[in-house]
Amino acid sequence: MTFVEYKQLNPFQRFAYNFKKFFKNIPGAVGRFFKGIGKAIVKFFKTIVNGFKNYGTTFAKGDWATKLSYVIFGVGDISKGKIYKGILFFLSEVLYIMYIIFFGWQFISKFGTLGTVETHTVQKGIIKQTVFGDNSMLILLYSVLTIVITIVVFAIYIANIKDAYKHQVMRENGEKPTSFRHDLKDFMDGKYHITLLSFPVLMIGIFNILPLIFMILIAFTNYDKAHMPPGTLFTWVGLDNFTSLFDIVNTPKKAKTFLELTEWTLIWAVVATFTNYILGMIVALMINKKGIKLKALWRTLFVITIAVPQFVSLLLMNQMLQTNGAINVLLTDISHLFGGTERVEIQFLNSSTLMARMTVIIVNIWVGIPYTILSMSGILMNIPEDLYESARIDGATPFKTFTAITLPYMIFVTTPQLITQFVGNINNFNVIYLLTGGGPTTEAYYQAGRTDILVTWLFTLSMTSQDYGLAAAIGILVFIVCATLSLIIYNNSKSMKDEEAFS
Amino acid sequence: MIKSYKFRRVLANTFIYILLAVLGIIWVSPFAYLLMHSFRAESTINVPYLIPHEWTLQNYIDLFNVGGEGGSAAINFPRWFLNTLVVAIFSCIISTISVLAVSYAFSRLRFGARKKLMNIAMILGMFPGFMTMIAIYYLLKAMGLAQNLVALVICYSCGAGLGFQISKGFFDTIPRALDEAATIDGATKNQIFWKIILPMSKPIVVYTVLTSFIGPWCDFILAKIIMGDKRELYTVAIGLQSMTSAEFINEYYKQFLAGSVLVAIPITLLFLKMQKYYVEGVTAGGVKG
Repeated sequence: MTFVEYKQLNPFQRFAYNFKKFFKNIPGAVGRFFKGIGKAIVKFFKTIVNGFKNYGTTFAKGDWATKLSYVIFGVGDISKGKIYKGILFFLSEVLYIMYIIFFGWQFISKFGTLGTVETHTVQKGIIKQTVFGDNSMLILLYSVLTIVITIVVFAIYIANIKDAYKHQVMRENGEKPTSFRHDLKDFMDGKYHITLLSFPVLMIGIFNILPLIFMILIAFTNYDKAHMPPGTLFTWVGLDNFTSLFDIVNTPKKAKTFLELTEWTLIWAVVATFTNYILGMIVALMINKKGIKLKALWRTLFVITIAVPQFVSLLLMNQMLQTNGAINVLLTDISHLFGGTERVEIQFLNSSTLMARMTVIIVNIWVGIPYTILSMSGILMNIPEDLYESARIDGATPFKTFTAITLPYMIFVTTPQLITQFVGNINNFNVIYLLTGGGPTTEAYYQAGRTDILVTWLFTLSMTSQDYGLAAAIGILVFIVCATLSLIIYNNSKSMKDEEAFS
Repeated sequence: MIKSYKFRRVLANTFIYILLAVLGIIWVSPFAYLLMHSFRAESTINVPYLIPHEWTLQNYIDLFNVGGEGGSAAINFPRWFLNTLVVAIFSCIISTISVLAVSYAFSRLRFGARKKLMNIAMILGMFPGFMTMIAIYYLLKAMGLAQNLVALVICYSCGAGLGFQISKGFFDTIPRALDEAATIDGATKNQIFWKIILPMSKPIVVYTVLTSFIGPWCDFILAKIIMGDKRELYTVAIGLQSMTSAEFINEYYKQFLAGSVLVAIPITLLFLKMQKYYVEGVTAGGVKG
């Protein structure tokens, strides 16, 4: 479709066109994604090959000090008068070797088996003595740590060689190495990004990436209640955790739970996203309609719901939805008005599956609509006033301006946000956990209740039943779904920006 | 024609006013209930009527009367409040520094690994957050920090650098001509950051400070995993959540409501303030220079 043809469509056709285009784009985006991964892998290996080439040629061209730097860090730098940097290189090597000898080796050497000696008791004369065996958890944790440190030290090693050669060339050209003071100044200017990023990157490395690698590895072990360090060992089991989620024959309960929870998670995410989007848009349009006064008051009324910490409002809702809670009291009062005499005692949260699920979705509307109102109000206020003005001059009716300007603008701007919200709802832990705690409980599921979604199941599995391996496997699956969706948005929103229909 | 058009508009607006009022009441009434019943004098559990019969401040007093009459040693609300405040202040400082540093580096500086690091940050953000929490718990335990407030500060601020998008977006809108002019005048990147970019970014700095300050008050998953059963180190969120358990709810329901009010009021005010700065930051971005 050409640009002119697109411009001739009415807003709804445009929306339908964009909608179709989005879903048509999905296979392409997925394809591009894998192509991108393929390219990245090729590039990665090319870099490694080139690295080895450089590694060899540098050694051939290097003088004695540069050659010695291949074994002892920093010699090249020290011999060329770059003392402080050479010493730092050298120190890092010494520290690394000491770390491996005194700490790392005892763990990394058992990485393949995750320990072989169980904790057991021995008879020593008349006293029974407990001998502590290997701790699989610590072996895995410190092995990951050692591997990460090794990679970092390897990077330092390469940097050391490059630096040695650089200074060798500089000396051959008769240049002097820069002074310590000069380098220090450079960290405030040319290399300022290193100064700024080193602390956050270090924090993220230790507390995000390290645990993440650890948990990904856990998904391939049988770490659960029966294999609990330090008492017992756990070990590698390959893909068992993943297959147990799909294998209806051998592990019917887990497979059934996974299947049905996935189904409910998707239903929940779709319904929660669309109800919030559509109802929120309607309320936002009402508030922002021309001629409605007290706009700030209306907006604040709704925003209060998200301003109050979510756990407060959800715990409060949980209390109000109890059998003797405020909602039932209110319903009783209303029924009395119409001549009823019974007390209303609806079990919202813990009897029927359908009731509990509907309650969760309705409460989520209460919690979620204000977010939509907030973002939509901003967008509505940002619609360029001259669009309306020219429409008015052209004699458009209010209804016409609404369908021709307001609605298409909103849909255009908020489509990426809609998908972000969808991903957010797949991961919406708080609403489910605080409101129902997963209930109503059921025997048919493995460690889950009727309103549990995948992420709350993950939480129960790791906190209550200690099925860490299974929980990690579910986490990886959820990640794959969310990451694919997010990448599609990412790719599409870029192409959407390029269109610049409203800029 | 004109008259009927006006009439229709008035009718439509009246209808909208009524609808908004009804919706507003529905949205706010749970909090009105919360507020009213936190002042209720009679009965300790749910009552079969909506408006309390007698009013009192006793629930609030009991909340601060730890271990004394009407209070319980297990419910140490003042201590929880203080814990949360301390954690919030420290993690706010660390998070703000990381966020601003990262977003400035990604927005204004050009270096080899920039694109790669940004992609890694994006992918890291896609993992379900609490997948790693078990591992973090063991890591902290190995460092001897489990069941400790320091651990909470670390947890809340360690990943802060990943949330750079909003402030990076703001920094992106500040014209680069300013940087170039300053560089010609001999300013270093460090000076540009402190003397030019930061003073121009007040709304987004305040926004960052407030978001990271509010975080610890609202989170409870992480705090719960780390603190376990150590009740005196609870934050308000897990403290209040523990009050709704079967063990406490029948006796301390009203205190739970009172505690919720005491947490909700300051956080609500801060949130409204933050929202104002957010809007200011996002809309003011393009106009500068």
